[in-house]
Amino acid sequence: MSLRLQTEHLQRKWLFTTDHRAIGIAYLLLSLVAVAVGTVLSIFMRIHLIAPDLKLPFWGVVPPEGYLALVTMHGTLMVFFVLTTAPVNGFASLILPAQIGARRMALPLLNALSLWLTLISFGVLLAAFFVRGGAPISGWTNYPPLSAIAAAGPGQAAGMDLWLVSIGIFCLASVLSAINLLTTIISKRCEGMTLMRMPLTVWAWLVTAVLILFAFSILLAAVVLLLSDRHLATSFFVPPGEVIDGLLVAPQANGSPMLWLHLFWFFGHPEVYIAVLPAMGLTSSLLANFTRRPVFGYRFMVATTLAIGFFGLLVWGHHMFVSGMNPYAGTAFALTTMAIAVPSSASVLGWLLMLLRGRDSRVHPLPTAMLFTLGFLSFFIAGGLTGPILAQPVLDAYLHNTYFVVAHFHLIMAMAGMFSLFAAVYYWFPLMTGRLMNERLGKWHFWLSLIGAYATFFPMHFAGLAGQPRHYAQLTGSTSTLGSLLPLQTGITHSALFLATAQLLFLVNLVWSARHGRVAGVNPWQATTMEWALIDSDCKVVRGPYEYRFHTNLPDFILQCADEAEQE
Amino acid sequence: MPATFTRTPAEIDRKDTGIGGKPPVDRRPTGGGGGDDNWDNHPQGRRGPRELLTRYRLGLFFALAGDLMFFIALVSAFFVRQNAGHFDPRDNYVSDWHPLAVPPILWINTAILLLSSATIEAARQHLFHEVDVMEEWLGLGRPAVRRASPWLVGTVILGVMFLAGQWIAWQQLASQGMFFGTNENSHFFYLITATHGIHLVLGILALAVALCALFLLRRVEMRQIVVDCTAWYWHTMGFFWIFLFVLLTCFQ
Repeated sequence: MSLRLQTEHLQRKWLFTTDHRAIGIAYLLLSLVAVAVGTVLSIFMRIHLIAPDLKLPFWGVVPPEGYLALVTMHGTLMVFFVLTTAPVNGFASLILPAQIGARRMALPLLNALSLWLTLISFGVLLAAFFVRGGAPISGWTNYPPLSAIAAAGPGQAAGMDLWLVSIGIFCLASVLSAINLLTTIISKRCEGMTLMRMPLTVWAWLVTAVLILFAFSILLAAVVLLLSDRHLATSFFVPPGEVIDGLLVAPQANGSPMLWLHLFWFFGHPEVYIAVLPAMGLTSSLLANFTRRPVFGYRFMVATTLAIGFFGLLVWGHHMFVSGMNPYAGTAFALTTMAIAVPSSASVLGWLLMLLRGRDSRVHPLPTAMLFTLGFLSFFIAGGLTGPILAQPVLDAYLHNTYFVVAHFHLIMAMAGMFSLFAAVYYWFPLMTGRLMNERLGKWHFWLSLIGAYATFFPMHFAGLAGQPRHYAQLTGSTSTLGSLLPLQTGITHSALFLATAQLLFLVNLVWSARHGRVAGVNPWQATTMEWALIDSDCKVVRGPYEYRFHTNLPDFILQCADEAEQE
Repeated sequence: MPATFTRTPAEIDRKDTGIGGKPPVDRRPTGGGGGDDNWDNHPQGRRGPRELLTRYRLGLFFALAGDLMFFIALVSAFFVRQNAGHFDPRDNYVSDWHPLAVPPILWINTAILLLSSATIEAARQHLFHEVDVMEEWLGLGRPAVRRASPWLVGTVILGVMFLAGQWIAWQQLASQGMFFGTNENSHFFYLITATHGIHLVLGILALAVALCALFLLRRVEMRQIVVDCTAWYWHTMGFFWIFLFVLLTCFQ
């Protein structure tokens, strides 16, 4: 019975299902809605930046604080509800149990609870647009005292509270999900599936779940403390002498915004690794699959995953070089940040070697999933190369909060992450629907997106080097030195519109292929990992996860759990 | 067909597991088919009644690890605030930390909490007592449940007494004029004790659920699991309290 039929049977009680496949698809649909809203917000931002007097839907003429609200909500939606939910919760729920040979997750109720909390969190966040004052304006990072005092700006009253409640619930949901993932990976692996036989995607989810456990608990504490500052008259973050509109607010305040920065970035940096590690695991798997060669140095790749996870907890201060932190601490963080470049580069070199080794044996023509994987590699390298630049405190002193940083994280996290998510959707679509996505539309989608993404984000490096700051709502008027960058920003906006429009191809493909796509066989990509095997656990794993072309007189791949293939 | 098969170098060039890796080999005595004494070598699902218990304990361990990180965040903030003073107009460093005298009742509360850990451990031990578990499994009544439930009830009573004692401590501080928002230090006292108190309320709810489960669940393993996980959660909360108490009394 196809997996799609199995999911359909559960659609009747989908409301409270604990089936991990249905939950995974629900998470992915949530991410789809979130990415659509986030993209629309970013388009509004881009249009406002080059045409500040244009009237936009819902906002009319966007006031400066409206621009900041757009920035805040765009960041929050994308980082939390797209780049954390989809790769970790969405695809792990869908794929993880099958890849380790389990029939279900270890704690399915926790999985369902986590889904519902995430949905509630999403609703609460969107509600922030509609309360008095509107959405918060302090950025997704919400530095105090702007975020700690309700009178500090428009949207900082009810809007900020809703943001905090929403993210607090999201933290809880993520931690529950991480507990489920960890318990499943450790205790539900099937017969013969040792840790060193797990697919690299599973290793990535393992390290990601540990990072989620550590990072989101700290964020929850920070959110609780900030809520306490706002409503219980404490002053963990509110500094003394804060004057708003001529009035001394919180006269007994004696807090420190630096405390928030430390707590937030201790969460914030592992968060970006949470966003990118599953993508890295998927890249290894797909490169092996489509070059028909094993992963280069399986244990080496596991080691880099573990190293990135470990070091990711030690580098948070590189977001705080110019915040007033002790410069010696800055040096320490610069060193650890440069250290983390080593395992990341090692991974990239491993992938490049896989491409080199596989250049004769690769699949012809490259399917769309492979194209998007190559796109991930491209963005990871392009964005990653500017990381060590920003890791130097001396350089960061100039580049902090400029468009250079925006270019860096959009290339390496947003675009690489999105391309990896696209690759995952094109790759695992047959598991979700039993059909293949249309290849021609997929290729158009890929090329238009690649060109559009580079055209949008690469020029931002130059804007940043020219000194253009982030979060400025307009480039003319009193900031006349920025006016010379208007042509550059206009080009970026046009590219962004082009990029956003290209995604319509993906949506059309998704909807059309779900009903009319070519029916896929059981294992259309001829992969070795077990999500493609139609087994119902009770399988016995006898070999590693990426044995492509191991035996010259046999078919060129063997499923991980197939019995010993017959010799001639 | 040739009389012998000669393998070409291409065929001899075999498994490429990466840098110096050996091919994966199953080293268990019976290859995982069971029949040996170490049940951990058996296939998953056939490793005995402890398997499900171990899985739930693992989930609880990860949940408590996350909780520990939460408390560590609060404690870090505590230390940061303790060392954050200011410079007065004469450029002298002035500490802003006003140590809070911990109300003496907190010592009694700590003793009560430790006692409650002992009672819930007694309940847990009774529920794992082999002879009684065997009788329950055979369907001959519920002697383990009968022996464990009074200890669980005792734990609930002691837990409620602890929370009442915390509340009295808060009242004592309030009567001295130290409220939540009075000064930075009092923030932390109330925050730390309140956070721990909320976790304890959750623990008491879990105990109540466990008590009901003892009489409503039909499988003896599930009864053991509910009480075992509640007991470990309770012990951990007691353990956290020791640390927090030491922090509040010695490190202010």
